[in-house]
Amino acid sequence: MARPNGAAGWLVAALRQAGSVAVTLFGLLAITFFMGRMLPIDPVIAIVGEQADKATYDMVHHQLGLDKPLVMQFLLFVRDMLSGEFGDALFTGNKVAVDLGRVFPATIELATFAILIGVGIGVPLGVLAAVYRGSPLDHIARFVGLLGYSSPTFWLGLMGLIVFYAMLHLVGGPGRLDVSFIDDIEPRTGLLLLDAALEGNWEVFRNALSHIVLPGSILGYASLAYISRMTRSFMLEQLGQDYIIAARAKGMSRWRVVRRHAFRNIRVQLLTVIALAYAFLLEGAVLTETVFAWPGFGRYLTSGLLAGDMNAVLACVLIIGIIFVSLNLIADALYRLLDPRTR
Amino acid sequence: MSTARTWLRAEVTTSPLHARLQRGYYGWLRLRSNPLAFAGFLILIGLVLVAALAPVIAPLGYNEQSLAMRLKAPSAEHWFGTDELGRDIFARIVWGARITIYISTLVAVIAAPIGLAVGTTAGYFGGWTDTVLMRINDMFLSFPGLILALGFVAALGPGIGNAVIAIALTAWPPIARLARAETLTIRASDYIAAVRIQGAGPLRIILRHIVPMCVPSVVVRVTLNMAGIILTAAGLGFLGLGAQPPTPEWGAMLSTGRQNMLGAWWIAAVPGCAILLTSLAFNLFGDGLRDVLDPRSE
Repeated sequence: MARPNGAAGWLVAALRQAGSVAVTLFGLLAITFFMGRMLPIDPVIAIVGEQADKATYDMVHHQLGLDKPLVMQFLLFVRDMLSGEFGDALFTGNKVAVDLGRVFPATIELATFAILIGVGIGVPLGVLAAVYRGSPLDHIARFVGLLGYSSPTFWLGLMGLIVFYAMLHLVGGPGRLDVSFIDDIEPRTGLLLLDAALEGNWEVFRNALSHIVLPGSILGYASLAYISRMTRSFMLEQLGQDYIIAARAKGMSRWRVVRRHAFRNIRVQLLTVIALAYAFLLEGAVLTETVFAWPGFGRYLTSGLLAGDMNAVLACVLIIGIIFVSLNLIADALYRLLDPRTR
Repeated sequence: MSTARTWLRAEVTTSPLHARLQRGYYGWLRLRSNPLAFAGFLILIGLVLVAALAPVIAPLGYNEQSLAMRLKAPSAEHWFGTDELGRDIFARIVWGARITIYISTLVAVIAAPIGLAVGTTAGYFGGWTDTVLMRINDMFLSFPGLILALGFVAALGPGIGNAVIAIALTAWPPIARLARAETLTIRASDYIAAVRIQGAGPLRIILRHIVPMCVPSVVVRVTLNMAGIILTAAGLGFLGLGAQPPTPEWGAMLSTGRQNMLGAWWIAAVPGCAILLTSLAFNLFGDGLRDVLDPRSE
């Protein structure tokens, strides 16, 4: 039935999706705007000081647009945010957009490293736990996952620094590079590992690697917990199906069935889980970056917070919201695109 | 004793109270038969006891400074060592249990009723009410919890009260969604129709007949979310946005212990273990509670 009006159906679905995205975007903007207006301190006094006379006060009040009706203020806020400028960050003196462009690659590098760990270990662990359900291996996997859910990532970071950096000297300390290497590399992509590899500067590459291993692994641990748990439950669902029994009865080996049949059927579900895990990494990155003095997005946000720079904070919160929603949408779209059962 | 047990196990219950007690008794047995969940339960009971008995366990209080005793390693006198001001870390952990309980209870008390109210209202009325309320819900859900809480605390200013408000603002949406889903299945049932025919208004129906049915699943949800709430609270404390020094909040202790942690590992290790243990206990207990309270899992 879907075929004849396929194009129209697609259009309607796309429009509906676009409408839903627009409403969500509006919501993100509204909430961040609302946050900005919750400030218990008068932003005008924060700028001009307590002693300012009435005329100065009124002037700044007017410049900030606070004399306009709330709806107008909101529209101005939306314009600032959607133009991609996000206004000035008072604590760095740059445009927020410029700052974000500078700090984002560091976070992308960290989060990508983390997701590689999460997927690389989490998926096999989940598959093994499902195949050997109830075995010690399954219990270990469950315990590892539970610990990942329950531990404060920033604390794991501190402990990691004490043990692997201060005591064992196995990894690099805070930051992305040792001080002596900073400025040795021409930033092209902003991803240090990639830049160093492109230049063939393996000394810098090794140094950068020694710095990213610890924060990346600790950040990856949280997503490992999530990914392995989801993989296990997806696999269990598949392994209980009749077609698995049929394939086994046909004489296929256990692992061949797992590889060729069961795993193939959970790939799409896994992909959406991984997209979501990546989104949650951004949240973890805020604390991990603070612990490791990692000059990325999360540390930018917390520095802005501590400096009381609402403009920068709101922009960051909004951007994380937008990335979060986009990754959700991508996960959704992937699911629909790749899984024939949803068509 | 055995007569009480027989009474609790009676095949036919004689009164509503009897039935309720029997249900509680069987739930208790199920919880006991799940060692991990029971362990979580015991840890939480221990936490409450420690918090309640703090003046007895650590009579000197959490802010007793002694600069001569700075940064001492764990010993018989100071079980968990001392911090950079010579304060006993064990005493601070014990008093900090009060803060943890204070935050988690307050968040639950604020977020659960809001979530229940929004969810049941949206589910019962449907239509526009539902669309509007659930859209607002989705907006809050489109931020990761910690980020949203960070934004609100940044706006409200640091402090333990504001941290509670911020966390509660991020904690209600999942509850509302759950309560709505429950309400949708309940509102079509015959007993709701019967009550409506008897002339009960929407408010009465929701409060007396729908909310009580949602409570078990909401309790499970809140317990499971509590682990995340405790981690968020600790994260806010660590960033200096939650409880302020010298309050012995565990996250804040980690943040002040950071400067000295490379030489004195216990300053960072101990409060983190306390956070980990509490959130682990909530996860374990929540899993077990789901088995006990959720009739569908039987």
